[in-house]
Amino acid sequence: MKPAPFVRHVPKTLDEALKILADVAPQDGRVLAGGQSLVPIMAFRLAKPAHLVDINEVVGLDKVISDGTTLTIGARVRHAAFHKSVVDNPLGQLLSAVVRHIAHYPIRMRGTFCGSLAHADPASEWCLVVATLDATLVAKSTRGERLIAAKDFFAGIMSTALAEDELLAEARLPLLASDVRFGFNEFNRRAGDFAMAASLVTYRLNAGKIAEARVGLGGAESFPRRIVEAEAALNGKTPGDTVFRAAAEAAAKAIDPLEDHQTNAEYRRDLVRAVVRRALEQSA
Amino acid sequence: MSAHGTRGSGTTWVGRAIRRLEDPALITGKGRFTADLPAIHWVRFVRSTVAAGKLTKVHAPKGAMVITAADLKGVKKITPMLHKFNYRPVGQPALADGMVRFTGEPVAAVVAASEEEAEDIADQVELSIDETTPVTDARRALEAGAPQVHAEAPGNVILEGKVKTPDFDTVWNGAHKIVKVEARSRRQNATPMEPRGAHASYDVSTGRVTLTCTTQMPHLTRTAICDVLAFPESDLRVIAPDVGGGFGQKMSLASEYVVLVWLARKLKSSVAWTEDRRENLIAGFHSRDQHITLEGAFDRQSKLVALKADIVSNVGAYSCFPTTCGVEPLMAMAEMPGPYDVQQYACLARGVITNTCTMAPYRGVSRPVITFTLERLMDKAARAFAIDPIDIRRRNLIDKFPYKSAMGLEYDDATYKETLEMAVEAVDVPAFRARQKEARAKGRYLGIGFATFSERTGYGSPAFAARGMEITPGWETVIVSVDPSGFVEARIGSSPHGQGLRTTLAQIIADAIGTTPEMIKVVHGDTDRAPYGWGTFASRSLVISGGATLIAARKVRAKLIKIASHMLEAAPDDIVLADGSAKVAGTDRAIPIAKLAREAYTQTHRFKGEIEPGLTETGHYDPPGTFSNACHDAIVDVDAETGHVKVERFVVAEDAGLIINPMIADGQVHGGIAQGIGNALLEEIIYDDNGGILTATLADYLPPTAHEIPPIELHHIETPSPNSITKAKGLGEGGCIGAPAAVVNAINDALSPFGVEIEEIPATPQRIRAALRSAEKHSAHSRASGNPGP
Ligand SMILES: Cc1cc2nc3c(=O)[nH]c(=O)nc-3n(C[C@H](O)[C@H](O)[C@H](O)COP(=O)(O)OP(=O)(O)OC[C@H]3O[C@@H](n4cnc5c(N)ncnc54)[C@H](O)[C@@H]3O)c2cc1C
Repeated sequence: MKPAPFVRHVPKTLDEALKILADVAPQDGRVLAGGQSLVPIMAFRLAKPAHLVDINEVVGLDKVISDGTTLTIGARVRHAAFHKSVVDNPLGQLLSAVVRHIAHYPIRMRGTFCGSLAHADPASEWCLVVATLDATLVAKSTRGERLIAAKDFFAGIMSTALAEDELLAEARLPLLASDVRFGFNEFNRRAGDFAMAASLVTYRLNAGKIAEARVGLGGAESFPRRIVEAEAALNGKTPGDTVFRAAAEAAAKAIDPLEDHQTNAEYRRDLVRAVVRRALEQSA
Repeated sequence: MSAHGTRGSGTTWVGRAIRRLEDPALITGKGRFTADLPAIHWVRFVRSTVAAGKLTKVHAPKGAMVITAADLKGVKKITPMLHKFNYRPVGQPALADGMVRFTGEPVAAVVAASEEEAEDIADQVELSIDETTPVTDARRALEAGAPQVHAEAPGNVILEGKVKTPDFDTVWNGAHKIVKVEARSRRQNATPMEPRGAHASYDVSTGRVTLTCTTQMPHLTRTAICDVLAFPESDLRVIAPDVGGGFGQKMSLASEYVVLVWLARKLKSSVAWTEDRRENLIAGFHSRDQHITLEGAFDRQSKLVALKADIVSNVGAYSCFPTTCGVEPLMAMAEMPGPYDVQQYACLARGVITNTCTMAPYRGVSRPVITFTLERLMDKAARAFAIDPIDIRRRNLIDKFPYKSAMGLEYDDATYKETLEMAVEAVDVPAFRARQKEARAKGRYLGIGFATFSERTGYGSPAFAARGMEITPGWETVIVSVDPSGFVEARIGSSPHGQGLRTTLAQIIADAIGTTPEMIKVVHGDTDRAPYGWGTFASRSLVISGGATLIAARKVRAKLIKIASHMLEAAPDDIVLADGSAKVAGTDRAIPIAKLAREAYTQTHRFKGEIEPGLTETGHYDPPGTFSNACHDAIVDVDAETGHVKVERFVVAEDAGLIINPMIADGQVHGGIAQGIGNALLEEIIYDDNGGILTATLADYLPPTAHEIPPIELHHIETPSPNSITKAKGLGEGGCIGAPAAVVNAINDALSPFGVEIEEIPATPQRIRAALRSAEKHSAHSRASGNPGP
C-alpha cells in the first residue's frame, strides 16, 4: 500500500497551477486537493499518476462568497467549512445539515467540496447537492473558462465532463428562497460510510400546495440526479404521508439501480423508497 | 480508584481495579512495534491473483531479487498434524510451489532497499498461472465432482469427527418434539489493529537470527521455523515486542515469517516485512465460515433430551499451525451442548478444504457460531412450546456441579441460572414488552434477545491431547526472581498483547510476597528471556500463567520466610510478609524484603547450607480447565424498511470466577462484545464466483465503530473455580461468544410479527430486507388465495 512514484508540483497561483496542469495532464498528471479520495486510490495503486498538481497553496481558492443570489465555493474550501452555516440563507442551513453525513471529522478537515465533485463518487453528498439545486460548475484551464451545468457535469461512476487539463475552480450554488423547505436523508451501514442511497428534497408551499419540488437522489445510480417522476408526484399536492409515499414509490420505480455484491436492484429500490420518504418527512 | 471499584476484601491487590502498568508507554506513543525497526532489506510478497491453478512461471524484472519456491529448496512444508478424526495432513509451502490454492497465496518475495521500491518491483512481476475452477463454498466442495483442492484430501474432507452417545437413538425416537435450526455463519477476519509483520536480522559473529514479529506465541514460532528450515532452535531468537492485537490470527504461523528468516540467513543481513491491510484481509487468516444444522429433541416439559449436530467448517486452503484446521470443527463438536443439561448427543463435524484463505482461530473459536445456533434453537423451541424464551432456558440450564457433559467435559461450579436471572432482572422484561407493543403500533420494531453460554477457558494439555494434536499446548512455566536490588521479575511463557497480564500477574505476586505491583516487572515475548511457553490464546493466560505465577511466587514467599526466620531468629510460622517487609508477628521486629533478597545472594554463608543461594523459583501449571459463563441480552431496533439494526442496549451478567482486576476484566468483555456485534451485523469476507475477494478494504469489510456499539452494562457474580489455583477463570472470549446470538435473537424477536427467521450471521440489512420481502410476497400471496396472513 505504497503509491507508485510521482512528482508533486506546488503552484502558488491559479495561472501557475493551470499551466503545470496543462503540461503534465498528457503525462497522467492530476490535481491533488484534500487527498481524501486520491491518496487512498494511489495507495491501492488503482491510480498511478506520474504528476500531482497540489493546489493546497494556491491563493484565492479558499473562499466562500455570497453575492446575494449565488454562493461561490472555491476549490480549496474544505468540507468542515460548512459545519456552521456559511450564509444567512436556507442554503447555509441545508449545507450544514448535509455536511455532517460526509465521512468523519478528520476527513472533513481535509477533503474539499470541489474535490468531491471532481471525484464524482455516485454516493457523494456534495454531488447530490449540486445536482438537486442545479448548480453551475466553473472549469478553468490555460484554454479558458467553461461553465458547466450540474446536470451536464456528471458522466458516470467517478467520471465527469472535466477535461484532463481542467481545474474545477469553483462551484456556484443558487441561494434559496427564504421560504424553501428542505429535507435530507441517507442510509449507510455504519456512521460515516458512503451512502447506499441518499435523498435531498426542496420545495415551497403555494397556498398549502407543494411547488417547485426538487427531489435529488444519490448513491442509487451512476451519479446523482433529480427524479422528475417523484417531483411530479409532489407538485400541486398537499404535503402528507400519502403524497410522500407516492413520490418515494415513483423514485424507486424510476431509477436504474446500481448493483454490487451486497446490494441487488430490489434492495436498492427499498432504500430509495425509504430515503426519499424520510427526506420528505423531514422537510414537512 | 476507577469506577470499576474493588472487589474482594480490599486488603489484597487481587480484586483491585488498579491501572494497567503497561499503559503509560502505549498511550504516550512509546510502544515498540515490529514495524518500528529499521532494516537493510524490505520484502513485498507477490500474491496469487487467482484462487486455483497451476503456477507455470514467475517472470521477474531484470536485476530484481525475486525469491520463489525454486529458491527455497530444502525448506519443508508447514504440515501440522492430528492423529485422530481421519485427519489428512496437507503441507503448505512457504511460497506457492507448482499450485496456487487461494487468492492472496504468497508466490514470490521481492527484496529491495525500501518498501516502496519492493512494491514497485512487485508490480512488474508477472505470474503465469493456468487457472482451474476453484471451489470456495464448503457445501459445494462436498458435492460429487467438486474440484479437488489437495490430492491428499479426496472429496475435500480433511477431517471428520463423529460422536454418538449410546442411548441416543432410543431417546431421540421417544422425544415429543424435534426443533431444527439451519445456521450459517459467514467468513470473518479478526482484523487486529496492527496487521502481521516481521523483522529478521542476522548476527554475523554468532550466526544467530533474531526474528522480531507480531505474534501471540514466540516459542512455538521458533520451534516451527527451525523445524521447516532445519536449524537449531538455539540459533533463533524470537521476540514479540508490543503487539497491536492478535485475536487468534497471530497464533498461527505465517508462512511469510519463514521466508523472512530464510532471507536473513541467506543475505546475512536484516530484512523486514509489514503486511498491509489489503493483504491482511485477503491472506491474513480467516475464520467462522460454517454451516451448522442443529436439531434438538425435547420432551413434553420442553426439556432438551437429545441434540444432533451436523457441522461443516470451511477451513480454507491449508491447515494452520499449530492447532491444525481441526480447531474450529472439533471445538464445535466438543462444546455444542453449551450450558444446557443434555446427555444424548450425536454429531458429525467435518473440516472441508476449499480455495479460500486458510482458517485460523479467531477469538471465540467456533463458540460464537455454536452459541448462535444453539440459542436460536432454544428460542425456536420456546415458540414451538408457546413458552417464554427465558423459561425454556430456566428449564434446561445446568445447575448441579461438577457436571459431566455428553462429551465427557467436566463443568466446574458456575452460575448459568443465576446470571440469566440477573440479566433478566436488569432489563425489566415486562416494561420492555409494553414499550415493544407501543412501538409496533407506530411501525417501529424493537426486539429483545438472550444468550446464555459457557466459555471453556484455561484448559491444559489434556484438552488438546483429546483432539489428537501432535503439539499439545497447555501448561505454562513462570520464573519469579527477586534480584539483589529487591525488585521482582517474573519471566513468563505466555505472550500477552493487550490483555494486561503485566498488571494482573503483578497483582498476584504482590499479594503472595507482600510487596506492591510497581516493584514487579513481568517479562514476556522474548525466547532468550522467557521460559518455553505456549503464548496467549484460548482465554488461558490468566488461569494458566497466573497459576504458574502463584506457584512460583509461593515458593519465593516460603524462601523469604525461611531467610527471615534465620535473620530474625524467629519461627517461620511467626513471620508475616507484608508492606515490603518480613515481620515477626506481635513484635516490632522487621526486615525489608529488599534486605532479605540481598542476603539471599550476598550472605549465603549465614544460612549454613540450609538455604540454597539466590531467590529464583519456578512454577509450572497444567490445569484441567474451567468454565466461565454469562448471559447476554440485547435490545435492538430494527428498521423494517431498510433492514438496519441499531443495538440500543446491551446487558451482560457474567461469572469468570475470582476477578483479579475488575477494570481489565470489564475491558475484555467490552472488546469482545464489540467484535461480537461486528460479527452479528457487519463483518463479512465475500468471495466472488471465481474465488476473488470482494472485501479487500475496510470500506467493504466493516468492523463496527464506536457509533455502532451501545453502552455496555455489566453485572458480576464471582464463583471461585475449584479447577484453578488462583480461583480465577478466563474471560477473554466470552464477549464475542454471546453477542451474535443475543443480537440475532433480538432481531428475530423484533421481526416476529412478520413471521421471518434470520439464521445467518452477519444479519446484514440486505439479508433482513430479503427475508422481509419474501414474507411480504408470501403474505400477499396467501391473502390472494384466501389464507390468513401472519
Ligand atoms: C473513510 C472515508 C470516508 C468517506 N466518506 C465519504 C462520504 O460519506 N461522502 C463523501 O462525499 N465523501 C466521502 N469520502 C471522500 C471525501 O469526502 C473526499 O474528501 C472527497 O471525495 C474528495 O475530495 P478531496 O478534496 O479529498 O479530493 P482529492 O482526494 O484530492 O481528489 C479526488 C479526485 O478529484 C480530483 N480533483 C480534486 N480537486 C479537483 C479540482 N479542483 N479540479 C479538478 N480535479 C480535482 C483529483 O485529481 C482526484 O482525481 C470519504 C473518504 C474517506 C477516506
